[in-house]
Amino acid sequence: MSAPLLELRDLRKHFPAGRAGLFGRPAGWLRAVDGVSFALERGGGLGLVGESGCGKSTTARMIVGLERPTSGAVLLDGTDLTSLSRRDWIAQRRRVQMIFQDPYASLDPRQTVASILAEPLRIHSLGKPRERKLRAMALLDAVGLNPRHVQRYPHEFSGGQRQRIGIARALALEPELLICDEPVSALDVSIQAQIINLLAELRERFGLAYLLIAHDLAVVRHICERVAVMYLGRVVELGPRERIFGAPRHPYTRALLSAVPIADPARERARARIVLEGDVPSPHAPPPGCAFHPRCPERGRVAGERCRREAPILRAGGAGGEWACHLEERPAAVDRE
Amino acid sequence: MGAPVLDVRDLTVRFDTRQGSVRAVERVSFALEQGETLGLVGESGSGKTVTSLAVMGLIPSPPGVVESGQAWFGGRDLLRLAPAQLRAVRGDRIAMIFQDPMTSLNPLLTVERQLSEVLEVHRGLARRAARALCAKGLGDVGIPDPEARLDAYPHELSGGLRQRVMIAMALLLDPALLIADEPTTALDVTIQAQILELMADLQARRGTAILLITHDLGVIAGTAGRVHVMYAGRLVETADTSSLYARPLHPYTSGLLASVPGLEGDPRAPLRSIAGQPPDLCELPPGCAFAPRCELVRAECRAGVPALLEIDDPAARGARRAACVEAERLLARHAVPGSAP
Repeated sequence: MSAPLLELRDLRKHFPAGRAGLFGRPAGWLRAVDGVSFALERGGGLGLVGESGCGKSTTARMIVGLERPTSGAVLLDGTDLTSLSRRDWIAQRRRVQMIFQDPYASLDPRQTVASILAEPLRIHSLGKPRERKLRAMALLDAVGLNPRHVQRYPHEFSGGQRQRIGIARALALEPELLICDEPVSALDVSIQAQIINLLAELRERFGLAYLLIAHDLAVVRHICERVAVMYLGRVVELGPRERIFGAPRHPYTRALLSAVPIADPARERARARIVLEGDVPSPHAPPPGCAFHPRCPERGRVAGERCRREAPILRAGGAGGEWACHLEERPAAVDRE
Repeated sequence: MGAPVLDVRDLTVRFDTRQGSVRAVERVSFALEQGETLGLVGESGSGKTVTSLAVMGLIPSPPGVVESGQAWFGGRDLLRLAPAQLRAVRGDRIAMIFQDPMTSLNPLLTVERQLSEVLEVHRGLARRAARALCAKGLGDVGIPDPEARLDAYPHELSGGLRQRVMIAMALLLDPALLIADEPTTALDVTIQAQILELMADLQARRGTAILLITHDLGVIAGTAGRVHVMYAGRLVETADTSSLYARPLHPYTSGLLASVPGLEGDPRAPLRSIAGQPPDLCELPPGCAFAPRCELVRAECRAGVPALLEIDDPAARGARRAACVEAERLLARHAVPGSAP
């Protein structure tokens, strides 16, 4: 079997917290990402979901080299990106591109769209100026914008159109993997649907793999076949879309799904919502044992004592997927599926 | 049914900008009964927030001008009150919570100072008496250990706790009307669920009328009894929540409902989206503002702005209105099972 396109092995990022004096030793460590492992196949789609502070964006930033991992490996086609020389790394980096949340902040207001789209090509010394301009026009066409608008500036476009420009820029170097960090959450609902459809269409057309970071589970469901749920720096559940949405096993996944409002008054009012108590604990002082246990709606059940002492490990639970919960270690035979 | 808590009639708000005059809100009318939640839905630029700011007398002027309209509250027209009179109403009988609790709390003041200011200004209470009431207020919104939280600064609290503090502050004087502008948009879903439950709970106990302004159709579905949909500064559809979601009578409403990604259905099927871009208020077309994006557009749509007319829907709870020449036909189509868009 060939190596997956992207593989994370026990990836960790610990930030120093609260130094004693300017040059003093850090008083503690903030474990933003604490042992994340998953793989993404060529052309596949993986959604990374979780609430603010769960480490999903830090994970993405480590993959594209915006953050240096404390430990662990980021493998692209079997090559560990964290061990490459700068030159080799830049060559590999072409293959992974990123789309950001805010289409207003991620485009330089003083550059024309032609210049924005040609910049990745310039940096990688690809093509002559004229070829780059033609490429910019082709990219605009690919994302559903008028190629003749290539000399316009970002402020002449609406939010949804700017996000299309951001996507076009990410496609300029013909990447194999696109990392999308909250690509639609800053957009209006009617425009979100356009961008979700565009991402699905581009993936088909260019054979892209997606790592989609989002807090909106419904958005993830429409783009990715696999989903990883993060809580306080760790993956607590991972599996195919059908199982995560149809039969979630981790109590946190269940609570997260039940908290998503449904745009249907009859169903919205009829369903039983699991309202979690309290806030996400501070990653400065994560609870001992299972990090979710203080909020877990299931904590009254038998294994409660173990949840307080021992951190559960993400393990294959049969029925397609892995989860990290002491209460859900039943064999696959009793699964509902 | 008694007199409405708030009765807004024909509200028009204009902004005079360098690009010219723009009507951000045009001839908007709505009323709220005691104990009910009215959802005001719309996308950016629809005028939903400007509507609420106008009611509160918070439109910055210049460039904003309340051109016409009335906002009846407790027998007085809020739009005609002197600033001092309005200040007495605001924060006392009408309270408001905003999207971002971090920017609406003063970072330099403790929770107690921010809360007690309300009591000192509106009730003339002494500090000590105010402190006890503040602690009770925090307890009412489910903040654990309220006494200790009184001495905290906003940055020491999580987003969910800050929004609870905002709600506690808003409800401290037991207002008749609460205007909540995207109260949960900045929060994580599990915290959003807590806050929505809390608001429903408080409303049931106190009978507060809530004007809930949001772009989130999921949040509206679970909380509002009636919904008003805005587009480009105008109301385009009003109905009870169940009827609006089951039988939308404006193509914008049905497009909006169809474009929400859900947790059910075939995830591989493309979402139905609304074509085009949100309207630019500086360059509105002469007729219906939605016409350039509408699938059902006809010649007459481009000729004049369709009026918001009552549509007779026997299955609806109360009157419903729509501003679309196709509304009657859309209703007829909903009546035939399987033929709805």
